[in-house]
Amino acid sequence: MSEKSSNPYEITIGIETHVQLKTKTKLFSEVDNDARGKEPNSCVSPVDYALPGMLPRLNGEAIRLAIVAGAAMNAKINPSSRFDRKHYFYPDSPKGYQITQFFSPIIGEGFITLPSGKKVRIEHAHLEGDAGKLSHFGDYSLVDLNRVDTPLIEIVSMPDISSAVEARDYCKELWRNMVYAGVTNGDLYNGNMRFDVNISLKKPGDKKLGTRAEIKNLNSFRSIERAVEYEYSRQSKLLDKGERIVQETRGWSDATGKTTSQRSKENAQDYRYMPEPDLPPLRLSEQFIDENYKSCPLLPDDYRNRFSDSIPSDTLEVLLDYPELVRRLAEVEEKSKNPSEKPVGAVANLFASVLLAEENTSLLNDNLPDAEKLIELVEMKSKKELSSTAMKELFLHMFEEKHIEKTARELAKEFNLIQENDSATLEKIVDAVLENPATKKAQEDYKSGQEKVLGFLVGQVMKESRGKANPSAVSKILKEKLK
Amino acid sequence: MRIANKSTSAVSLIKASLEKIEKHKDKNIFTFINAEPALKKAEEIDKKIKKGEPVGRLAGVPYALKDNFLSKEGETTASARILTGLESPIDATCVEKLEAEGAIMVGRTNLDAFAHGSSTENSYFGPTKNAFDSERVAGGSSGGSAVAVALDCVEFATGTDTGGSIRQPASFNGVFGIKPTYGTISRYGVVAMASSTDVLGFFAKSAADLDLLMEIASGHDEKDMTSLPDFYGSADVELGKKKIGFVKEFVESPALAPELKTALEEKLSLAKSKGYEIIELTLPALEYALAAYYIIQPAEVASNLSRYDGIRYAYRTKTLKSPKISSADKSSEKTALENLFLNTRSEGFMRENKRRIMIGNFVLSSGFYDAYFLKAAKARTLIIQEFEKAFKSVDAILSPVAPNPAFKLGEKVNDPVSMYLEDVMSVPVNLAGLPAVAFPAGSTTSEKTPHLPLGLQLIGPRRSDKNLLKLVEELV
Repeated sequence: MSEKSSNPYEITIGIETHVQLKTKTKLFSEVDNDARGKEPNSCVSPVDYALPGMLPRLNGEAIRLAIVAGAAMNAKINPSSRFDRKHYFYPDSPKGYQITQFFSPIIGEGFITLPSGKKVRIEHAHLEGDAGKLSHFGDYSLVDLNRVDTPLIEIVSMPDISSAVEARDYCKELWRNMVYAGVTNGDLYNGNMRFDVNISLKKPGDKKLGTRAEIKNLNSFRSIERAVEYEYSRQSKLLDKGERIVQETRGWSDATGKTTSQRSKENAQDYRYMPEPDLPPLRLSEQFIDENYKSCPLLPDDYRNRFSDSIPSDTLEVLLDYPELVRRLAEVEEKSKNPSEKPVGAVANLFASVLLAEENTSLLNDNLPDAEKLIELVEMKSKKELSSTAMKELFLHMFEEKHIEKTARELAKEFNLIQENDSATLEKIVDAVLENPATKKAQEDYKSGQEKVLGFLVGQVMKESRGKANPSAVSKILKEKLK
Repeated sequence: MRIANKSTSAVSLIKASLEKIEKHKDKNIFTFINAEPALKKAEEIDKKIKKGEPVGRLAGVPYALKDNFLSKEGETTASARILTGLESPIDATCVEKLEAEGAIMVGRTNLDAFAHGSSTENSYFGPTKNAFDSERVAGGSSGGSAVAVALDCVEFATGTDTGGSIRQPASFNGVFGIKPTYGTISRYGVVAMASSTDVLGFFAKSAADLDLLMEIASGHDEKDMTSLPDFYGSADVELGKKKIGFVKEFVESPALAPELKTALEEKLSLAKSKGYEIIELTLPALEYALAAYYIIQPAEVASNLSRYDGIRYAYRTKTLKSPKISSADKSSEKTALENLFLNTRSEGFMRENKRRIMIGNFVLSSGFYDAYFLKAAKARTLIIQEFEKAFKSVDAILSPVAPNPAFKLGEKVNDPVSMYLEDVMSVPVNLAGLPAVAFPAGSTTSEKTPHLPLGLQLIGPRRSDKNLLKLVEELV
């Protein structure tokens, strides 16, 4: 971060996050809100392209999702809020203004708890419509209005964040919470969540915050961390030289690893905010707020508490990025008949070590096996009916379309993977191996004290059993026979 | 109102209407004439009547549409160059309702561009002339609609009233006009002027006709979230006090023409003779109405006109070069996109549109919002409260619509403040969202200006629209 060993400046960070809500229709019209894979300008109604005489019609589903989002940041919901117009001229804004909530937002104060336990306070969050998209080519540009008035909530944090890592953690935790709450698709690559990071530096002990720069439109956790690191070094170098920081908007480039100035405060736009006369004030009954607030599903922190005894925290942190896996683990816990054996820990381990292994991640889009099957699978392993290798192999087979209907045991039989534990049967196989002249030399070596050779012999038995023999049982029998 | 039936054919009604339109061409009433489609629709209605099939309550009635109503017939221009070429893919809710009852649109009428004005002189298509005197203004902004009804070109016409745009031209041309309670008729599909005071209404030859039109056009529309739940004809406010008020400040205003004062006094004594008690009201907050209106309205106008940028529809400039503003303006080089916006809007808007955009953006600009917009909003609240108080003691308030009868063309068009003063008695009603009905109250008799219509308005509490029309019938 800095070449100097001790940091002469403290960093203060506040983050504004735009979250696209996954409503069926847009915030102010009845047009499809999901434009993925659709032709440009095919999800646009006269209200969206701002034909004269068109009026916004507020989408109730967006209000409900906003309340759930509020619950996912421990926030107060304001029973009365309002919409306002924010004016600017650009072809991505057909009305010439964005409908937002400037004066009284729907979501009040709240907080997000980071995995470290630190709380970052939320100042407020408001509902607003998204803008369209422009693509620039040589001497012309094309406008796509499909994204116009996709519902957004903008979440404004307090300047409680004090390092690049914390900034990343906050964004990630907020992202997880929104995804768990089910309010957004959370696809960062496609801009479902975008982060504007405000950064200022000050000397330790200074009461006043330094002048801030805002880095707009970050959409990956890595870029958030890198951008903050870069800004720290840029601003601290300026301050070292006695120069002042310009309040401005900066853009981040992943390619160059640098931020560059986009617009200074002197050239900042005057948005000429005005109450939206086409929408009456939004008044929500206590009952409506309550019902929706309570409908918020379990959040990452709920799962951390729930699995604190059964899943190692580093494994769980990895899995928390995949809500469907975590929810399946909860089912495993609920449906398990022997919870004391902690099958959920074993399944979590399978998820983390097998499913999330690079070569298998494509399976994440497939049908995740039922909790019952997963319980049976790990229990067969703990009863030594399956070897560890066999369990992993079966686990992968479970994702195949043709195996969806089969239980773990049926599959184990089909693939002939049930481990042989019966000592009489094993003894027969051991005897067969020991009678084989090819193993004579090894037997003599073992007897003369070369214990390493036992591994070779166990291997031979395993081979003879076509992998089904329980290796530790075999080893025990061999030792007995070669005494 | 003449409605087609077995003895009067729809075709004959439409033909008569088209003849009148042709006859009064010089008045410059219409921006578009819908002759052939209108005749075709009339034929269909006649066929239905012949077969004994049901037809609507406005079967074959020729009507005129103020050119700021969107409909699939003709271009919707709002008499502004910047909207020329706009063919609407939808019909306004109000248009849908009228057509569903068999009314036939014969033409679109002229207005001050975007309804900005009180004389219809601010139109891209030139001024409409007064029905009674071609040297005088039609009033505005719905000048075309008022004159169309006054000269019997149509049986009724639509209008919009943001600060007096139905009542003032109605009174300048001797017809009836209703400005309903805010939210009574859906605004969906009508080019917005100032959203918080815009209402749709009608011009006709009688209060009874207006009542029928209100029955048809009113009602909640889910496409307009500011539209009220249905009330017209079912949950109207009763006017049973038998008391009519007049506003002292208006009657004593030195700006009020003596003939209008006399007309008002005559109507008050008529009311008295019919058993109404006459109450003098003082409404001191009305002093701030015009100022508040000319802050709130331009602010909303500036905002509502932001969408006209030449990108998606209607007029777009032909040149992307920087406009020559003045030699002093050597500010940074503009991009092609900025010039597209600048030139489209410079060429497409009328002077008055630009004036309101400037005022509106000024009062909304950072640092001025509290001093202007917020203060105006507070004055508006005071005005609303003062009216509410007044309606505790009277059923309705009788008032002039404007201080003077129709003025001369060109007389005020270069003096915006004197033009704005025309609205002093009409805008308080809009700020408070109240219903008001303008009705004829005789003519001027002086030698200088003979036979100019005089108009008054009766103002009622919110949702008293239907009963207000009944009360007007007693006073004419």
